[in-house]
Amino acid sequence: MNVLACLKRVPNTGAKIVLTEDQQEIDTTNLGFTMSPHEECAVEEAVQIVEEHGGSATALTLGSAEATEQVRTAIAMQADEGVLLETDGEEWSPRNTAGAIAEFVRDRQEDGGGFDLLLFGNESADAGNYQVGVRVARELGLPIVTSIKSLSVEDGAVVAEREIPRGSEVYELDLPAVVAVKEGLNEPRYASMRARMQARRQEVEHVTPERRTDAGLKKIRLESPETEDSETEILGHGPEAVPEIVRVLEDELEVI
Amino acid sequence: MSSTELPSSARTVVLGAGIVGNSLVYHLSRLGRDDIVQIDKGPLPDPGGSTGHASNFLMPLEHSKEMAFLTDDSIAQYDEMGQFTLSEGIEVARTEERLKEMKRQLGSARSWGQEGRIIGPEEVKEKVPFINGEVIKGGLYQPNAGTCDPLRAGEIMRERTEENTDGYQIFPNTEVLDLHVEGGEIQAVETDRGTIEADEVVIAAGLWSNKLAKMADKRIPLTPAVHQLISVGPIDRFEEKEGEIGYPIVRDVDTQMYERMHGNDLEVGSYQHRPIIYDIDEILSIDEAPLSPTQPPLTEDAFDQSMQDALELMPEILDDPGAGIRHEIDGLLSVTPDGMPTVGPMDGVDGLWACSAIWIKEAPAFGKNVAQWMVRGYPDVDLHASNVNRFHNYGTSDTFIKNRGAEGYKKIYGIVHPAEQWQTSREVRTSPFYSRQQDLDARFFETGGWERPRWYKSNEDLVRKYHDELEGLFRADEWDQRWWSPTILGEHLHMRDHVAMVGDMGFGKFDVYGADAVEFMEKMHVGRADVDVGKTVYTPVLAENGGFVSDLTFARLGENHYRIITGGSVAGSDLQWYRSNAPDSVTVVDKSEALCTLGVWGPDARNVVDSVTEEDMSDEAFPPYTAQHITIGEVDAWAMRLSYVGELGWEIYVPAAQGGSLWDTIAEAGEEYDIRPVGMGVYGATGRMEKGYRLFGHELEVEYNPSEAGLTFHGTKDADFIGKDAYVEALEEDDAAKLCTLTVDDHTSSDGTRRFMLGEEPILDQDGNVLIDDEGRRSYVTSAATGPSVGKHILLAYIPSERAQEGNQLQVEYFDETYPVTIEVVGSRPLFDPNNQRIRS
Amino acid sequence: MVLIFVEHDGGKPADSSLEMLTLARDVADQLDAPVEAAVFGDGEGLADELGQFGVEAIHVVDYDGVETYAPIAWAESLDQLASAVEPEAVVAPGSERGHEVLAHLGASRDIPMAANCLDVTVGDAYEVERQRWGGTLLEHARLSGDPKLLTAAKNELTVAPAAESAEPAVEPFTPELTDDDLAVRIDRIEESDEEGIPLGEARIVVSGGRGVGSAEDFDQLEELADLLDAAVGASRAAVNEGWRSHDDQVGQTGAKISPTLYIPCGISGAVQHMVGAKGSEYILPINTDPEAAIIGHADYAVIGDLHEVVPELNETLRERSD
Repeated sequence: MNVLACLKRVPNTGAKIVLTEDQQEIDTTNLGFTMSPHEECAVEEAVQIVEEHGGSATALTLGSAEATEQVRTAIAMQADEGVLLETDGEEWSPRNTAGAIAEFVRDRQEDGGGFDLLLFGNESADAGNYQVGVRVARELGLPIVTSIKSLSVEDGAVVAEREIPRGSEVYELDLPAVVAVKEGLNEPRYASMRARMQARRQEVEHVTPERRTDAGLKKIRLESPETEDSETEILGHGPEAVPEIVRVLEDELEVI
Repeated sequence: MSSTELPSSARTVVLGAGIVGNSLVYHLSRLGRDDIVQIDKGPLPDPGGSTGHASNFLMPLEHSKEMAFLTDDSIAQYDEMGQFTLSEGIEVARTEERLKEMKRQLGSARSWGQEGRIIGPEEVKEKVPFINGEVIKGGLYQPNAGTCDPLRAGEIMRERTEENTDGYQIFPNTEVLDLHVEGGEIQAVETDRGTIEADEVVIAAGLWSNKLAKMADKRIPLTPAVHQLISVGPIDRFEEKEGEIGYPIVRDVDTQMYERMHGNDLEVGSYQHRPIIYDIDEILSIDEAPLSPTQPPLTEDAFDQSMQDALELMPEILDDPGAGIRHEIDGLLSVTPDGMPTVGPMDGVDGLWACSAIWIKEAPAFGKNVAQWMVRGYPDVDLHASNVNRFHNYGTSDTFIKNRGAEGYKKIYGIVHPAEQWQTSREVRTSPFYSRQQDLDARFFETGGWERPRWYKSNEDLVRKYHDELEGLFRADEWDQRWWSPTILGEHLHMRDHVAMVGDMGFGKFDVYGADAVEFMEKMHVGRADVDVGKTVYTPVLAENGGFVSDLTFARLGENHYRIITGGSVAGSDLQWYRSNAPDSVTVVDKSEALCTLGVWGPDARNVVDSVTEEDMSDEAFPPYTAQHITIGEVDAWAMRLSYVGELGWEIYVPAAQGGSLWDTIAEAGEEYDIRPVGMGVYGATGRMEKGYRLFGHELEVEYNPSEAGLTFHGTKDADFIGKDAYVEALEEDDAAKLCTLTVDDHTSSDGTRRFMLGEEPILDQDGNVLIDDEGRRSYVTSAATGPSVGKHILLAYIPSERAQEGNQLQVEYFDETYPVTIEVVGSRPLFDPNNQRIRS
Repeated sequence: MVLIFVEHDGGKPADSSLEMLTLARDVADQLDAPVEAAVFGDGEGLADELGQFGVEAIHVVDYDGVETYAPIAWAESLDQLASAVEPEAVVAPGSERGHEVLAHLGASRDIPMAANCLDVTVGDAYEVERQRWGGTLLEHARLSGDPKLLTAAKNELTVAPAAESAEPAVEPFTPELTDDDLAVRIDRIEESDEEGIPLGEARIVVSGGRGVGSAEDFDQLEELADLLDAAVGASRAAVNEGWRSHDDQVGQTGAKISPTLYIPCGISGAVQHMVGAKGSEYILPINTDPEAAIIGHADYAVIGDLHEVVPELNETLRERSD
């Protein structure tokens, strides 16, 4: 089983996001970076599948040279190898990102190193476009299912579950296939010290993809939404507030 | 959103709700302050400062007396609140040099009354089974070490404050926007919730303190710096242990790291990485920070070596693939230019206080001592080494703070020689003599920012000249001779035989003017101020408890004009003391940088000076302990006839711009007498120690009174002065201890090397027990220096009165060995020239 | 014409689809064009309700096998329908299926898609306001492509009937599909053995955060949920502590809920949490810190320790029901 887990370097933000003056980017001057939480699960899943079925787990990102840091994080989580599709750091559209990834996968296949399973995060934490995985799958002619919170590989197929109220929808896809996963799929491991140190020394393959022309979705500017504090009625302090809570539940909200 | 409005005024406003601010409000309330408002820009209980991510361990052993005392007190405070867990601690040694250092640390431990023991690798392994015994040579075991919960302790202290007084309110999520100052007094704190008038404002804002101080046009010289910290787990072995810590804290000091159990994790912290200094403005707000403002993400590349070292020391648990790095931060803490905290009343803005600790382990005690200082005028523990005003007129620029902070960072777990000099931000304060001293190949030491020659390489010939006299006083051990030169001894003897010039000493120099100057000077000093114009007075300056605030000399220049001369390292704190006590009718003017000082001393001093002055310099015309305006060459000068080295001569003061001319005039006139410039090694050490002269911060601290220090020659004057009641009581009562001059009888160590103590070593009785007086104070060497004219190594120490008899044999401990010493003098009588004939000649 | 993709459960449109309709109708109004819906499965009975929301035609995709969700087949059907009816824009709800189906459409036509839109101004290119960072940030962007592909952000747009209701014609649409198109499809549904009310359906949600303190202390919240017929949720902090499973997580990377009443206990109210909770009609936190952000988002609040308030509340509610 050769599994590819694709991930994206995103700033590690707090409750409040500050924008650059031109409103084009998040001001990351004093921020650290991480990978999107869904993708952490993708990496973990790739590693677990390889641990169970053998093969190799590859972590891939598309981004600036700094994004190597997130690839190394994946390697520290026991991914076997890392790939950086290196860009100038500008935000690539989902279409162009998918094109570059698909091309890399095809090249690998031609070199005899095809992937059986491609894992994506369902949507990136920052852009939230919900489509890179789908576009890659369509370009490669592979089946894909998204929003997956449970996954297993058996007999040349992947069994994937999507959560619905009171249960889950189960999909079975023949390999090779693409799956976009969500946080909750598994519990991503913490890298051990030794793994972290080794990851820092491991070579990460650099590929410089060509960027397609793209009419796409053009960012004009970013904006922090206004958060307005609502008028809050304090019902009371401590257990003495209970009668008041009950009154509100009963009379005002009519929920009991 | 809070229903409570910020009050319009309060007696005391404390800015910060970390462990220090919380301790401060609690102790203020205990001492009766009942109108306190506490403000923090963050939420409770963790407002987002260093308190929230500290590693929370307390290793008591410290070379610094102040820090040792404060740590012990802090442990007691955490313990009393049920927030201390005794875990024991071990510093492990990977090198022989470190093992030696641990022996020195044991000495400090005995001086300050702390427990410790050096143990072998096997015993280390017994206590910490998962340590790699192969890489260590032993350890310093600290049985009283443990961990604390400073956030919970803070909550308890705030709760208790609420119990102590109804007049306490806390406002979290409230940001300070400005501090209002008028007429040199704090007026109000402006916040995003309104403005609150205050009599006292305390900046207890940890690493944000300097930002707040700048709002009042002041500086608190500290800067945020990164301390890298990771947490690795789960560790199977820890799961069997109850509580948050079940193994001793380990400090791997040679790699500047520590490892401690924390629940199921091992916390690995490092001070080994390159210093990463932050601008306060780079720190994210609470809202912007993913974890907390003071927990930015780990700079991974800086931590590489630390991981390797930790893996080497604790492979059994850290190399378990199941144990992952669960938490990793560049934890922000404060660093200062000299590694010490910044506390106390701030000079120039009455009512504005600083209270910034550095470590969790001393924080509650700083809160307590600063509260005492605020309420009753003096703290229990002498805090001069942490006094915020020690960076007087220098050392508060961002560049200076960053340079020194980065340099000092490497010393956190380092082996630091007591005389070790800073390498960065030098030549910040130079006297007008500086280039001339450089030409003479002076070796500069820095004090109070001033570059002062310690000795001159150009005087090396004097060592050869006096070689025979100096027999037995040369130092053989590398540690003893580090930051020292035998040239100092040669310079000393030359001065005693001929004449020497010393300058500049970096003194604090304050002129006091005003209609009520006499009354003011009376109030401030034990010595009488209403003396004839032209008299000089050496006097203790006391706190209300009769302990020392300072000791210094003043001269009366006119009816309502005095000049105060004090030590360079205490100039800022002394100036604050005078200014804050001065009535409106008295002005205290700082002339520390306007004037420079050149001392000319030795048997030939009069010949030299007389040859270039217009005035008569004879004993009759210019008697000892008087001051006059004189003209030297082309320079109008003011001179005091006195000496800290016990010789005939003058301290000559001229405007800094004319210093060069003064130097050249004296040097030229002195050629005939082979005048030599000599360094502070003579002035501050060998010369003064032969004379038994006391030094503030060494012999004189707030814990001792003038009677014990042997400084009772003023008797009791009629006029009132600060500390008078306590002083009178001290004179009447028997002293618990007396300051004595001791000399070392035999320097020979077990390996035959002759060793020379450098100061702060414990004094033991013949049975090897540290002497302790009736007030629980322990005997230690307050100062040490070689006295070439008496041919002995001299130690000053307070000795319990019942033991303080001349001729008594005692011992001093140095690097875990003992050496016999004899009490030569009880009291202040000089060893050399006991009747001061030289000064009076 | 604006073509919308409507999800429904046995003829009842999903909330997210109705929210989407608000956006789709706005686009249609700007274009002065009608809204037509594509539905899969038994569309009987949708006409009435969709008519109230201004939908003028309903295309029921009719092909054996597409009544069960099969993303590629659904997208392909939509694609063929779009080719037939030539809409200016295709709008889908910001649901899992909405995103998935529209992403396929975008991929097969090689045109862009704007996810989680809040507002649209039509033109040659559309100016869209869309969510990023799970809604903590907004992006203004220019969307090109023919047709324009949009999904509407969930829990943001107000469900509102049209000013003038329509009487939509229901027309079958039969796509041409291959077996390959149906290769990815729901194979089976597995019932959860978990008891209680799912977060997404609950009328009341009781959530716990770091302030709960332990997994055991969630028992009090479970009991409260029981008494109120509520679901139990948790903040990311509580999930990270291992006190609750990730399925319970409310927030940016967890469930986005829209109950009538949300009762967060010991939750400070970080933006990432509020992104999941802001669909709630009313919020009534129980928190010790009157300064906590959650109080600012609340309609009602109790200042106090949940460990004291909740047991007392449970006691009172128990007595009432007895």
